[in-house]
Amino acid sequence: MMRGHHDMGGLPAGPVELSEHDYALWEKRVDALMVLLSQEGRQLLTVDELRRNIESIGGDAYETMSYYERWIFAITQTMIQRGVVSIDELNRKMAEVEARPASEQT
Amino acid sequence: MKVDAIAPCFKVGDAVRVRAMYSPGHIRTPWYVRGRSGAIERLCGVFANPEELAYARPGTPRQPLYRVRFTQRDLWPDYAGGEYDSIEIEIYQHWLEPTE
Repeated sequence: MMRGHHDMGGLPAGPVELSEHDYALWEKRVDALMVLLSQEGRQLLTVDELRRNIESIGGDAYETMSYYERWIFAITQTMIQRGVVSIDELNRKMAEVEARPASEQT
Repeated sequence: MKVDAIAPCFKVGDAVRVRAMYSPGHIRTPWYVRGRSGAIERLCGVFANPEELAYARPGTPRQPLYRVRFTQRDLWPDYAGGEYDSIEIEIYQHWLEPTE
């Protein structure tokens, strides 16, 4: 029997954090990316694939990653699984972005 | 010929039990409700199966989705609230079986 880490309903937990916060630019971009990829006519991703890939994050990482960090992880996984980007393309692009000055990385 | 959609087999008020199944895979039925009994509150519609959509497949045959009502006391042995407090959870038909 495998209870997924995400399937935590009813387990002991701390108080619910109710405060709102402003979203960073990169978080808004992740949201936009999700909308564009799942749009009818494009359909490169379903919310169900996104959820499955979020659920595949290990327990420790799931707890420490923020909401949109989980999203971009899951979007990236889906793009690899669908063959939209190759791992090599992704690695080269990440290296290119990391080589930019910090002010231009977002 | 493969069917496109499964016909609904439960009606409002029917007593049902959530199947106690624990496979890996993308599952929308919460762990805490598996094996528990409740009643059909409404039919929400017939939808592509998320257990298939999660793997980029078409999700057919589409499955009826119900809102199922459980009493909180049936789900949580130490529940301290009212006797008739309930919780409603949306569950696909293939996760439900009839009870007497």
